[in-house]
Amino acid sequence: MTSQYDIAIIGGGNAALCAAMTAAEKGAKVVILETAPKAYRGGNSRHTRNFRCMHSAPLGPLVDGYGEHEYFDDLLKVTGGKTDETLARLAIRTSEECLPWMEEHGVRFQPSLSGTLSLARTNAFFMGGGKSLVNAYYRTAEKLGVSVLYEANVTNLELDRDRITRIDYTHEGEAKHLEPSAVIVASGGFQADTEWLTRAWGPAAKNFLIRGTPYNRGVVLADLLGQGVQSVGDPTQCHAVAIDGRAPKFDGGIVTRLDCVPFSIVVNKEADRFYDEGEDVWPKRYAIWGRLVANQPDQIGYVIIDSKSLELFMPSVFPPIKADTLEELAGKMGLPEANLVETVKTFNAACGDTSGFHPTELDGVKTSGINIPKTNWARPIDEPPFYGYSLRTGVTFTYLGLKVDENAQCSTESGPIQNLWAAGEIMAGSILGQGYLAGFGMTIGTVFGRIAGREAANHAN
Amino acid sequence: MQTDLLQEARRQVEICNACRYCEGYCSVFPALHQERFFSDANLTQLANLCHNCRGCYYACQYTAPHEFDLNLPKALAEVRQDSWESFAWPAPLARRFQKSGVMIALTTILAFALLFLAFRTLGAAGGVGFYAVLSHSAMVAIFLPAFLFPLASIAVSLRRYWQETDGKPVTPSQIVDAFGSAAKMKNLAGGHGDGCNFEDEDRFSQARRHAHQAVMYGFLLCFASTSAGTILHYVFDMPAPYPLWSLPKLLGIPGGILMVIGTVMLASLKLKADRSLGAPSAWGGEMGFILLLFLVALSGLLLYALGSTAAMPALLAIHLGSVLSFFLLTPYTKMAHGFYRLAALVRDEQRKSAG
Ligand SMILES: Cc1cc2nc3c(=O)[nH]c(=O)nc-3n(C[C@H](O)[C@H](O)[C@H](O)COP(=O)(O)OP(=O)(O)OC[C@H]3O[C@@H](n4cnc5c(N)ncnc54)[C@H](O)[C@@H]3O)c2cc1C
Ligand code: HEM
Ligand code: SF4
Ligand code: SF4
Repeated sequence: MTSQYDIAIIGGGNAALCAAMTAAEKGAKVVILETAPKAYRGGNSRHTRNFRCMHSAPLGPLVDGYGEHEYFDDLLKVTGGKTDETLARLAIRTSEECLPWMEEHGVRFQPSLSGTLSLARTNAFFMGGGKSLVNAYYRTAEKLGVSVLYEANVTNLELDRDRITRIDYTHEGEAKHLEPSAVIVASGGFQADTEWLTRAWGPAAKNFLIRGTPYNRGVVLADLLGQGVQSVGDPTQCHAVAIDGRAPKFDGGIVTRLDCVPFSIVVNKEADRFYDEGEDVWPKRYAIWGRLVANQPDQIGYVIIDSKSLELFMPSVFPPIKADTLEELAGKMGLPEANLVETVKTFNAACGDTSGFHPTELDGVKTSGINIPKTNWARPIDEPPFYGYSLRTGVTFTYLGLKVDENAQCSTESGPIQNLWAAGEIMAGSILGQGYLAGFGMTIGTVFGRIAGREAANHAN
Repeated sequence: MQTDLLQEARRQVEICNACRYCEGYCSVFPALHQERFFSDANLTQLANLCHNCRGCYYACQYTAPHEFDLNLPKALAEVRQDSWESFAWPAPLARRFQKSGVMIALTTILAFALLFLAFRTLGAAGGVGFYAVLSHSAMVAIFLPAFLFPLASIAVSLRRYWQETDGKPVTPSQIVDAFGSAAKMKNLAGGHGDGCNFEDEDRFSQARRHAHQAVMYGFLLCFASTSAGTILHYVFDMPAPYPLWSLPKLLGIPGGILMVIGTVMLASLKLKADRSLGAPSAWGGEMGFILLLFLVALSGLLLYALGSTAAMPALLAIHLGSVLSFFLLTPYTKMAHGFYRLAALVRDEQRKSAG
């Protein structure tokens, strides 16, 4: 069967939609194959809130300027140099024209959210968040004649030397296939496949929570890698942060973040502290804590604060566990009572002068004379009621992906695949070798989604 | 007020407070983000501030089937509904009418009957025009109390609202700002001005906002028309009927037309919209209210058009009957929303100026 479609796009998130709209505007007949049902369409993109955008002068909601040089520097800092400079600069430079393009395709922006003022210059926030962006793009794509199949799970792309000849997928319980002239993969990472994560990371990964969609299971990624498509990124690594331990296994999203660690002590299930809670401001430390918690027994931590710190941080989705004494708190949280009391006592005794306490700056209010110091915001935990949260590792995305060139085109060892392009999380490893820069995921998806759409449409014509 | 409804709204706004993605849509979110713990009073105020534009529902990544099961427009609509029922005076009447279109219809029919009866028993007492059917003094005897009683009742309710939400003395600038917001129906515009989500899931449209403006301004014009008539009658000794080029007609005819168009639009939009994003139990009462407004406006226009035909007495009874029903039910139907919503907007201005 030859296909009624010129281009098939695998995935239904930001990258897929940007590719679909671009290709359809160039006259191609496009179908989106999205494995999720309509209510959960949009992958991790539905959880996002902003994208990072270069601009030489104030642009839309963005103030001042944010030039290529500074942007690239910021990227070098978080990746420790593990980036492909050509692709990175392409993403950065193109981000500026993305903002008006996004508006033309239905996205609306708003001033940066309360509590995120530090991002007002660099990141443009979507009004209503990522799901409203996804909704707007689906409307626009459908107006442009793009067909969308939900619950269409792609299982195999048939690679015949340098061409994809067939797509196998299941839809409404039936095995189906398509033979479009071009294919774009935008199906995200593999973090929702716990088994794969466990193979890569070790048994601890079973206890990780997945912050985003349960549908990014890396099926197509594994299929392509198995056929020799070139990969990039560390296969054993994922981006993980410390989140509320009571969060659901999947799709907990932004509301499960916990910003109280700097004002707390964090203990493991033996009620021992294990790391300096005040090392730096939280946005610079939450990823490190994802790993720290992963290395503790049962991959869990417990945050303890007292009443004087309760209002210093953004509220999170679940109210804290509250108790009038530490013993009671230990009981409610399943911690060894005597040791928690002892740990707090030791910590409190190590606190010094707290008059310089300043919640939003590195204040140098530190402990002295204990093995694991707390180097900022160290105030004794002594004003009841006491509050506790549990902490677990929450995975945002995986780094392993497909290697692409400036045209978003995939390749095997013997050269480019003539009709296969990749966009979004599935190729982000090319640019983000490690670390993460807030808002860069959506930038990569938008820039390379549009490139992939353009190239695939040119090929199809 | 019902604690389960408040508790559900509290659960949801706590999630929103951790998320904040919808901050730009309306006045509810900035007000919400100022709190950390939500008292019943906070929730009542948020509920009355919410315009049910539904932007935050379609944008939410946590709606069912997600286990967080967010549906903020519904949670707030139910608290709002419940608050109106509990602030109403006397409250049992509100419990009857807020939710039941049938009760509204029955009252209206009863009002027709009452007027027919009045035509029969009180009669013309020598009047001309409409007053040939029912004398002016009889009309006043019926409508003055029917107008004043609801006003008194609403005043009691608003006082209760103000006490519950810890309102402060009102300044003129707060009133100006609140009326400004209502005049443009700012909170139905979406933060971006593209309108609200209503009749077609997540598509933004101005239809509901414009339809509401038509009804609201139409109603205000009709009200102004009646007031102008009253002034002409008492101050200038010029009794009805009035010619086309008179203030009551120049205000009343466009007002009536706007109301007819607006109510038809509102009703048809309401049929297309998802009922589970409002207070489903109040749907019938809301629809009944829209139809009552439609009847008031349409019968008024017909009365003007056919005032010199044999249909006049019947039309007059229908028009006056529906107006009577509308007045009497004002504190106990959806009509109360305008008052509460203005109060909530004023209260929100106070929050903003308190910083
Ligand atoms: C909680 C959270 C918050 C985030 N916030 C931000 C932010 O504010 N800014 C930012 O830039 N980045 C953010 N990110 C990262 C961002 O989500 C990603 O970088 C971005 O969404 C990737 O887009 P994508 O289109 O490549 O993948 P996705 O949006 O994840 O889309 C992948 C799609 O592929 C589909 N799919 C998967 N497998 C198959 C298959 N076999 N067949 C068919 N379809 C399939 C999925 O259902 C999904 O629709 C956040 C991530 C998380 C988890
Ligand atoms: C005074 C300021 C007013 C404000 C702030 C206001 C606000 C609102 C809002 C937000 C809604 C939609 C949400 C909901 O269904 O509750 C609504 C609905 C409605 N309003 Fe108003 N309103 C005002 C005055 C009026 C007036 C004077 C009238 C006409 C007499 C009117 C008629 C209606 C009708 C008929 C509906 C029902 C629509 C439906 O159920 O779908 N409003 N109003
Ligand atoms: S409605 Fe949903 S997306 Fe909007 S603020 Fe609340 S939780 Fe966030
Ligand atoms: S329904 Fe509209 S007005 Fe109400 S809270 Fe949501 S966004 Fe605000």
